[in-house]
Amino acid sequence: MRARRRTVIALMAVMATAGALSACDSGGSGDSATGTITYFTFSAAPDHLKDLDAIRAAFEAENPGIKVEVRTAAYADYFTALQTQIAGNNAPDTFELNYENFFTYARNGALLALDDLAKADSGYDAGRIYPKALAAFQVDGKQYALPSTFSDVVLIYNKKLFDAAGLAYPSASWTWADERAAAEKLTDKAAGIYGDYQPVSFYEFYKALAQSGGSFLSADGKKATFNDAKGLQAAQWLIGKPGTVMPTVAEIGGKADFDTALFKSGKLAMWHNGIWQLATLNDTAGLDYDIVVEPGNTQKANAVFMNATAVSAGTKKGTAAWKWALYLSSSKKTVETRLASSWELPAVNDSAAFDSYLKLPPANRQAVFGALEAIALPPVIGDQQAQMQDIVTAELEKAANGQKSVQQALDDAAAAVTALISK
Amino acid sequence: MVGDRGLRKALVVGAFLAPSLVVLLAFWIGPMLGTIWISLQDWNLIGKARYAGVDNYVELATDEKFHAALGHTLLFIVAYLPLVLVLGLAVALLLDSALPAMPLFRAVFFLPVISSWVAVSLLWKWILNPAGGLLDRALSTVGIDGPGWWTDPNWAMPAVVLASVWKDLGFVAVLLLAGLQAIPTDLKEAAALDGANAWRRLRSVTLPLLSPSLFFVTVISVINSFQVFDQVYVMTGGGPGDATTVVVQQIVKYAFQYGRVGYASAMSIVLFAIVMLVTALQVRLQKRWVHYD
Amino acid sequence: MIGPFLWMVATSLTTQSQLETVGAGLLPDPVTLQPYRQIGEVFPFWRFALNSLGIAVVSTVLQLFTSATAAYAFGRLRFRGATAVFLLYVATMMIPMQVIIVPLFIELRTLRLVDTYAGLILPTIVSSFGVFMLRQAFLALPRELDEAAFVDGAGHFRVFWQVLLPLVRPALATFAVFGFMSSWNAFLWPLVIAQTEEHMTLPVGLSLLLGRYSPAWNVIMAGSALSSLPILALFVFAQRYVVRSIASTGIKA
Repeated sequence: MRARRRTVIALMAVMATAGALSACDSGGSGDSATGTITYFTFSAAPDHLKDLDAIRAAFEAENPGIKVEVRTAAYADYFTALQTQIAGNNAPDTFELNYENFFTYARNGALLALDDLAKADSGYDAGRIYPKALAAFQVDGKQYALPSTFSDVVLIYNKKLFDAAGLAYPSASWTWADERAAAEKLTDKAAGIYGDYQPVSFYEFYKALAQSGGSFLSADGKKATFNDAKGLQAAQWLIGKPGTVMPTVAEIGGKADFDTALFKSGKLAMWHNGIWQLATLNDTAGLDYDIVVEPGNTQKANAVFMNATAVSAGTKKGTAAWKWALYLSSSKKTVETRLASSWELPAVNDSAAFDSYLKLPPANRQAVFGALEAIALPPVIGDQQAQMQDIVTAELEKAANGQKSVQQALDDAAAAVTALISK
Repeated sequence: MVGDRGLRKALVVGAFLAPSLVVLLAFWIGPMLGTIWISLQDWNLIGKARYAGVDNYVELATDEKFHAALGHTLLFIVAYLPLVLVLGLAVALLLDSALPAMPLFRAVFFLPVISSWVAVSLLWKWILNPAGGLLDRALSTVGIDGPGWWTDPNWAMPAVVLASVWKDLGFVAVLLLAGLQAIPTDLKEAAALDGANAWRRLRSVTLPLLSPSLFFVTVISVINSFQVFDQVYVMTGGGPGDATTVVVQQIVKYAFQYGRVGYASAMSIVLFAIVMLVTALQVRLQKRWVHYD
Repeated sequence: MIGPFLWMVATSLTTQSQLETVGAGLLPDPVTLQPYRQIGEVFPFWRFALNSLGIAVVSTVLQLFTSATAAYAFGRLRFRGATAVFLLYVATMMIPMQVIIVPLFIELRTLRLVDTYAGLILPTIVSSFGVFMLRQAFLALPRELDEAAFVDGAGHFRVFWQVLLPLVRPALATFAVFGFMSSWNAFLWPLVIAQTEEHMTLPVGLSLLLGRYSPAWNVIMAGSALSSLPILALFVFAQRYVVRSIASTGIKA
């Protein structure tokens, strides 16, 4: 009896102490414009931690009274951690979101509408931010995040291989037919050289669809319309590549970054990939390459990816959070730092700032901005976004494997996506 | 103690159980009840949870992908379990000797256990490379045309099983080794003196005395393999297509990518029920083959 | 058997340029320690490693204690409902961690233990795996030992501590290795509960090395290699306990 009572009292004492200790909260003052704010991001690790730190230090110097606590995670784990924090009512004050995920966070009330804070900020110049990017992060006319970076996908090509085959380099006027013809001439499987590389996936498909003038969803967004003739063209364009001008899945053998290694070793003539590769390509000795806006089918359309900084709906430091989000978006320090370290591109409407950027190799770096003239944003359907993407990729892979005809795969995918939307 | 009764007995039991039971209830059973509650909701973690009753369970009953994932998981278990247990036992018996080189050999078998799945998967992708990997080349010398392994929906899971058995047999071996070390040698010596050969000694002396450890390893392996995920994900990502998607992969997808943590929780509860059933069955059956003193 | 481990070490000593041209895992030439230095540029390696070590040690020690005591109850004390309570312990191993973290996090948030060492350690104090393992070990010991001790006037705790526990040293040592390994390699829970660098652990740090587009395998493998050293060391150290106790039982059959 004594032993038991002692244990119970001890337990109560421990819990009481725990309670007392945790009650010493570092919540700080109720002032929303000063104090410590938290920032959670996926784009900084592992290569740009120093850059983010420099931006943070500059921000804190310009805004005495505000401290930013940065937390990073790898992209693969970021949303698991973020969603758990939000579910547990422990959301970071500010956090990074990419375009595909932004919509569902805004719709579910997880984000603070920034319009009031924007109005109250006399130093805010909306015109400094690239208009299309700003508009992309609005829902129902309200601004729910500030764009921080963008990157796009271009056609990267190996000049030496084109020279060796006596072919003209890809130009801005090329279409799919030109690309296909060149790819076939450049492929030499015996020598392990391939003419083209474009994965069969949702991301490439919606872009190819746009390049054929098709649309993924109906105007009201309730039906999938990508299984029409234009969708068929787009799917066949992608599926026709592996095995002819591109290695098959089996040949890749599950090796990670197979295409990167292939291009860097000079064995790939044309590569559909993003401008985030440029920094490492420039560092690769002996690689003579350039970029060009992707050829379209009936029109041009280019994949653009954007990240933004959002403010948590439950934050107690709204004004400070707004300032930080704005700083990450368009401050001089941020723009300079991002450009200097090739950390994606700032979403600012300031062509002078990009002058130094454009002077870096390759010669046709202008294509990065050329691609912005015809943008194909990913179709976004809210909560079921990831599921929709998986469905489309899976069906396309089945067609690529020969498990079903391309039309059948598209029809099945469209039916599944429409069913998903209507849930 | 002889004569332990009633309150005194309860106190002793309580005292020995309390350290673990309190923490168990607070930080495991509590959240498990929380999981049941979440399984009755429609929730995407970032918005409000909406009560959905048994809707998630009803949907599971007709969810083809879930059933397929269960099937793949069962396939994994049925192929993996016998192999890893038999081979693990064999290795444990080999390592159960006082030879001076033993610590080195034990470490060698333990290395795969501590190697990361990334490294192990790369090794096995190379061995089982359909385009001229080690195994296919060896098979072709005997005239067998090796299967597509990673790229073939029918052979991808066997490939995962092979790699998993290879990595985990050290784990099983080390666990059984601890049990073997507790078997007094004088019993085996007595049997040998009585004229029993090695196989007889194994069957009549070693295995029965090892059965408590074998039971433990079997139950743990079953519970773990029902939740297999990391290696499948690293090696095949669930593919090709959906050929190797397992239940926990579906759970993770629905919880954190598809915004349906309620549905994922329901899946976990169903999985839990199945595993509990199988385990309870094993506990029931232990009377038949497990020898306690 | 040792292939992947050697691959891991070889890759960790490869230069970035060789990684890109020749690939990973082959004999590095030149051999470089640069990847090891690079780890520190991404996260404070020693701080995280120290956190991991402290948490793993505390966790393992507490687990040994809680598992052994519970195992004594299940393996030696006959009481009503023992099987049911034991199944309760085993049941906690049947729900995937990925699903438990959400309610567990909410619970610890309510207790205001987010981003604390207590939050990191508390859920790991009990190990059903350990309870099960040690229960089996206890059950395999002949009851005559207990009875002899009781007759000599020993109480339950003495029998537990002085008679039985020494006899299950192989099991204790083996469990210590696995318990340590499990805590050392734990990723999901530390990812979710730790918020600041002060409390983060090594696996979380290592995950930061995985770039989104082109991971630097040499740095990642350097991290993995370093991370596996303590476990290997503990395993080798523990092996000296996984030997036959010379004073086996001394009981004639």
